Amino acid sequence: MRPVAITVSRLTKKFGEVSVIKDVSFQVRTGSITALLGGNGAGKTSILSMLLGLLTPTRGSIELLGHEMPSDRHLILARMNFCSPYVDLPKRLTVRQNLDVFARLYGIRNPSYRIERLANELALEDFIDRPTGKLSSGQGTRVALAKALINQPDILLLDEPTASLDPDTADWIRGYLRNFQKETGGTILLASHNMGEVEQLCDEVILLKSGTVSDAGSPFSLLKKYGYQTLEEVFLDIARSKEVSLNQSPEPE
Amino acid sequence: MTSQKDSLDQVIEKGFSLMRVSAMVRRYVYLLQSGWVRIIELAYWPIMQMILWGFMTEFLLNSSSQVLRAGGVLIAAVLLWDVLFRSNIGVAVSFLEEIWSRNLAQLCASPLKSYEWGISLVLISLLRTLIGVVPAALLAVPLYHFSIFEMGLPLVAFFFNLMIFGAAVGLAVSSLVLRYGLGAESLAWVGIFLIAPISGIYYPISTLPDWLQTISYALPSSHVFEGMREVLGEQKFAIDRFLKGLGLNLFYLSAGMGIFLATFRIARRDGLLMQIGE
Repeated sequence: MRPVAITVSRLTKKFGEVSVIKDVSFQVRTGSITALLGGNGAGKTSILSMLLGLLTPTRGSIELLGHEMPSDRHLILARMNFCSPYVDLPKRLTVRQNLDVFARLYGIRNPSYRIERLANELALEDFIDRPTGKLSSGQGTRVALAKALINQPDILLLDEPTASLDPDTADWIRGYLRNFQKETGGTILLASHNMGEVEQLCDEVILLKSGTVSDAGSPFSLLKKYGYQTLEEVFLDIARSKEVSLNQSPEPE
Repeated sequence: MTSQKDSLDQVIEKGFSLMRVSAMVRRYVYLLQSGWVRIIELAYWPIMQMILWGFMTEFLLNSSSQVLRAGGVLIAAVLLWDVLFRSNIGVAVSFLEEIWSRNLAQLCASPLKSYEWGISLVLISLLRTLIGVVPAALLAVPLYHFSIFEMGLPLVAFFFNLMIFGAAVGLAVSSLVLRYGLGAESLAWVGIFLIAPISGIYYPISTLPDWLQTISYALPSSHVFEGMREVLGEQKFAIDRFLKGLGLNLFYLSAGMGIFLATFRIARRDGLLMQIGE
């Protein structure tokens, strides 16, 4: 059994009286690609935000690479990174300048070497000195990915990594992520709506519904358990189910 | 603590990191380099102000006021006010740049610490202020035969105190923008004007009513402008004024940084870091 990279225990987040994450617990094994799967408002982005220290949990604990988040935030963040459609890089800076700034923020001793390497791997050379705001959607996603890989993270968090990309570019990104994981042994946790992508890419799936974990397991085991052919059917079954989630604990009074 | 990552030449620093501060300064310098309009804009208003008040000074030189007849008082006041204004706006606008570009969450999810970012904002504000004010100060020499540099060391003391005070206000204003969103953006430009009437920029503090003078002397800027008039009018540098201003600045800078750090804690609690933006 591989060691655990991420341990989330009884995580709860409330905004006022509204609970967006309710007593969520899960583990992500080191070197795995795991998906957080759920509909809009299921809590995927909130969980990723708490893992990144951008959102403080109301209750519960998060352990990343053996360190507590948020108390050891600055140690952990140097070994993590993320990519999300909800954030951008400064548009007026060139791709190279943006990567240079983030390389230094992550403590990379030789930023130029690292940037050249990523530019080569992610085919950024043709536009690396162009302002980031003047890139196409596909180019922008590759640049965002380059930023997310600048510190060769041990944990990579991806929020909708192929959203708004054409099928060819999306497939290329998936292939790249698979190779990255194999070569570095890093752990990838991705939030997605794209069932096909999750089936192709992920070793484990955590199904979320209304801020709780509905079910979890490998794509194969989930298909077998629910008796469907695709994860989309499993997802729809869970999303439309009125049943109480499988591992939902009652809210403490 | 510093540790090495085997597969990548990376240094992971738990404490203060000069590398991260310089990375952020570099980020704002890249932004300034991204278009000559940004550089021109920085120097534009200080030069316009200096020209306007320079002509006003020439007119007033024939007036009866002893203070105003001390050549260059108004020009010096305009230039020093711009130091305060530019240092405040230098912090606030640099912070706003991250919100406008939806980069806030990327920075906050990096190893950058909030206080390291605060320090880098103060440093870039210093650079922006110098770019803005120095050309105007130099232009005043051929245009009005007034060189603010003739003040010598007192000028450095005034500049330093105004710079720090402006940055402290800038940090507080940035915190308000983070807390209340871009609806509070205009405070970046107008917030500092709240203290302008009671800082004695163009008139002595004694002009103010007694109760307002008490408030005025709680501001480092008032000690600077009073000190400036003494240097230009009486050729006397009051070290006690400088020290009072410095002491007050220590308080205001600590308060500004404290508010900045506390607001980040609130932003993390309320989920503002992912939401705020255009």
